[in-house]
Amino acid sequence: MKIDDKLLSYLEDLSCLTLTASEKSQLSDDFGKILEYMDILGGLDTIDVSEMSHPFPHVNAFRPDTVKESTSRELILKNAPHHNGEIIVAPPTYE
Amino acid sequence: MSKTAWETVIGLEVHAELLTGSKIFCSCATSFGDAPNTLVCPICSGMPGTLPKLNQSVVEYAIRLGLVLNCEITKNCKFDRKNYFYPDLPKAYQVSQLYSPICRNGYLEIETEAGQKIIRISEIHMEEDAGKLIHDKRDGTLMDFNRCGTPLLEIVTEPDFENEVEVLDFLEKMREILVYLNICDGKMQEGSLRCDINLSVKKEGAELGVRTEMKNLNSFKAVARAIGDEALRQTQILSRGGFIVQETRRWDDDNGLSYAMRSKENAQDYRYFPEPDLLPLNISEAWLSEIKKSLPELAHEKRSRYQNDHGITPKDTFALTEDKSLADLFDDVIKNGADPQESAHLICGEIKRLLNTAGLAPKELRIDAKKLAQLVNLVIKGEINRSAYKETVEAVFNFDVCPLEYIETKGLRMQNDDNLIKKAAAYVLEENPGAVSDYRSGKDKALGFLIGQTMKELKGTGNPGAVKKVLLDYFEA
Amino acid sequence: MITNSVTDIVENSVTHSVAPSITHSVAPSALELAALLKAKKISVAEVLDHYFGAIEKTDPHLNSFLALAKESALAQAKIVQEKLNLNETLSSLAGVPIAIKDNISTQGIKTACASKMLDGYVPVYDASVVTKLKQAGMIVIGKLNMDEFAMGGSSETGIGGPVHNPWDLSRVAGGSSGGSAAAVAARLVPLALGSDTGGSIRQPCSFCGITGIKPTYGAVSRYGLIAYASSLDQIGPMGVNIDDCAALLKIISGPCEKDSTWVLDKPFDFKESQPNRLDGVKIGLPINYFADGIDKEVAESVLRAAKEFENAGATICEFEMPLLDYVIPTYYIIACAEASSNLSRYDGLKYGHLSKNANTLDEIYRLSRSEGFGIETKRRIMLGSFVLSSGYYEAYYQKALKARALLKKAYDQLFEQYNFIISPVAPTSAYRHGENITDPLKMYIADLYTVGANLAGLPAVSLPCGFDSEGLPLGFQLCGNAFKEADLIMASRVYQARTGHHLKKPEVDF
Repeated sequence: MKIDDKLLSYLEDLSCLTLTASEKSQLSDDFGKILEYMDILGGLDTIDVSEMSHPFPHVNAFRPDTVKESTSRELILKNAPHHNGEIIVAPPTYE
Repeated sequence: MSKTAWETVIGLEVHAELLTGSKIFCSCATSFGDAPNTLVCPICSGMPGTLPKLNQSVVEYAIRLGLVLNCEITKNCKFDRKNYFYPDLPKAYQVSQLYSPICRNGYLEIETEAGQKIIRISEIHMEEDAGKLIHDKRDGTLMDFNRCGTPLLEIVTEPDFENEVEVLDFLEKMREILVYLNICDGKMQEGSLRCDINLSVKKEGAELGVRTEMKNLNSFKAVARAIGDEALRQTQILSRGGFIVQETRRWDDDNGLSYAMRSKENAQDYRYFPEPDLLPLNISEAWLSEIKKSLPELAHEKRSRYQNDHGITPKDTFALTEDKSLADLFDDVIKNGADPQESAHLICGEIKRLLNTAGLAPKELRIDAKKLAQLVNLVIKGEINRSAYKETVEAVFNFDVCPLEYIETKGLRMQNDDNLIKKAAAYVLEENPGAVSDYRSGKDKALGFLIGQTMKELKGTGNPGAVKKVLLDYFEA
Repeated sequence: MITNSVTDIVENSVTHSVAPSITHSVAPSALELAALLKAKKISVAEVLDHYFGAIEKTDPHLNSFLALAKESALAQAKIVQEKLNLNETLSSLAGVPIAIKDNISTQGIKTACASKMLDGYVPVYDASVVTKLKQAGMIVIGKLNMDEFAMGGSSETGIGGPVHNPWDLSRVAGGSSGGSAAAVAARLVPLALGSDTGGSIRQPCSFCGITGIKPTYGAVSRYGLIAYASSLDQIGPMGVNIDDCAALLKIISGPCEKDSTWVLDKPFDFKESQPNRLDGVKIGLPINYFADGIDKEVAESVLRAAKEFENAGATICEFEMPLLDYVIPTYYIIACAEASSNLSRYDGLKYGHLSKNANTLDEIYRLSRSEGFGIETKRRIMLGSFVLSSGYYEAYYQKALKARALLKKAYDQLFEQYNFIISPVAPTSAYRHGENITDPLKMYIADLYTVGANLAGLPAVSLPCGFDSEGLPLGFQLCGNAFKEADLIMASRVYQARTGHHLKKPEVDF
């Protein structure tokens, strides 16, 4: 699996990252090696195997439809770098 | 230019906000119009380390809708994450269902000029709503997370619609079902019922064309306008030999046109994968049959019962079921032993008029069905006449009076005593010689005047039939 | 009323409870400390005083703590002391200090996953495990260093700089819970919480010569654990011996209605009684773990540990671990995929680092994230985005989920034959700083022995089993069947009762 510039830039977009030139060259090298190593999985016979996304077959973890008090707005906004006391604010941008 | 006509092919994605008390994955209240960020907790605002826990009612509501829309219920369904970056989505992924939605392969019948038509429903899935952004030129983007985590059902149809009339009938029926199931309030303007349109055009007999997706449709009217506009836009492009770009477009209802959203929003790769923080569901037969049993009677079922069992006219059955509150009132009134046809007249006529006058929505109506049933029976039995009936209904509507007390106090009980009527009639005849001679000379209208005067003399409590009979007896004697 | 210093008490307790081979720096185990507190031979405040003093003196050399919570610890100490004075039973560890890995949310105490991305973030809620610790009367004294977002095996990638191994400061403490391991090993705190996604509790335990448990997936609530890979992450105890770890696991394994994946029927309750022998117990030994790439001294120490179990009556059965070649790709594909999604929420707007160089919303996202995340985190996010992206999902992510199912099935079959599987934890002892950090693939492959337990959701303990020729601690791993923590703890007790490796402590007079 070769990671070309186009794919790397696509992955930057998907990951919402902008790499520096040196990061780019380092990561594309790394990805090449890592993915080459991972390609060994392709040789594994998984016909008729169903996917496992949880370690155990438990089901139905529900909560009842009951309302509890929300967190105070002060706490919700506390960690936001920019807010006006009511709402989190991101600087003006083009829509 | 080819002579074959262009055909429009439309599919819908309908989003219904559910009427649960709490959000889908946390215990914050679902609500509309609260102060920003007051219905928020660490879970729905996406704080690090938080985890979702599924509201059981959301699953039940989805199953209710699925059963009504003739869907297969997926016994083993699960949730997936849909990943994208946008400030209204604090986790940067929406928990939704891609790989195994809870309901599949259903349908809804609509009415068209050519008769009934089946619209196939490919799936219904559960998901969480995003927050709201306010874009302000001065302050920038403002983020309100109150709506984050509000439960949604997304209903996806096959591309079975040919025009806006079919779409609107479908949406109207869908709205009616959601409201009757008591799972969504169906308000498009408030955004609790939303609809995206997938539309393409093609030449008759040709393969499906490239489609666009239209968003931001906030009313039935906007849906109709957008379909018309988009079909025309695509047809014009194709007629000129151009081609349609697969894209998401945003409808601007103020200007009556749509524009393509930024290309970035179009080329999305959502990287769906199974949500590891939620366990899969297993919907047992027992649970399913419990939900089946608890399904309420729907509007179309009510209409056929009203017509077939109670002899209500088609016009009145539609008027009654137009709003669930009115249908519920009707059912309550007849449950209290009132004559169905008379009750239907009462609700579709006087009650609706009173609501209009008071500026109330049917949902806001608070009226004692027992009292109405009592009044209906009184008028049917001839114990009060129509005008007394109307007056008492109004008093019950406005002041919740006790009908019998009111009638007695106001002396509204119908006057059937011949002697009293004769006395009143004799007085009227004597006072109106002109009218008497008019009637004798063939002017039938004069009789109406004399009846009216006699009724007035009886303070409105006379039995109009009896009054007429007394007067006719006088003239024929 | 209470005047003894920790050292006095410890000197006394050493004479009757600690093996005679230990002659240097003394500190009681957590349970011993709790007994002293219960008997009011020492106060909670004095205990805190001792540990904060030790941290102040020693931690500049180790860099194991990222934050101290003196004020809240003292306040909590006061409450707990009052309860102890009234002889209220809180738990077997009431009054004992504990430190928490920096990826576990602590209300009012900054929690940054050792990342610039979460710099300055102070949680407004406690993780479920932290609530349980407080209810049990334990005192949270600070936050522990780690690899950024728990992604790594050397605790060198965090914003706070590398953690140094107390046995040799030029070496790593392991990772990602390296701060937890170093602090416990140096006796800067009696117990710590770590988290384990692919070996992040077990490997640093092995590198630092302490004991740790990676519980069964679903045994301990993850609510408040800042997610790396949700289907693999599990919080676990790290301490100086198995009894301390068992006591802590009992406390944190309680029910949590906020974590859908918490599936224990009831919290663990480990029996006090302890057999001396393991007659009838069958332990599998995967011989292909001892092939290429493993350090000879590590291999020998594990085989010696196996021999010790054999001496205790267990039967050692050699077998070939199936699917071994596929374990690392499967693990990294799943872990990175989940991480790419879990780490998407960091954008600088709601909490953490906000770029000062951004002019548009898009730039706020991209620059805040690019400035906030370190290179290893970026690598895993992008790998995860790749394996989930359209066109590659089936070949990588979906394939890995299937491989995971096969591996799970293989483990199920193994546990029909064996009670436990004994294995190395890592292919080497602690390596020097900077040695592996430039070769990510080599780092990934070093997780070969530990990630299987995470993929299959199984519990595993990491126990010290001696030292190599350079004086560095060595450890081994005992993996059990799902929810069989009690059995694992019993076997670990038998081992630790027969050996003294876990009693050795590093010199901390640097």
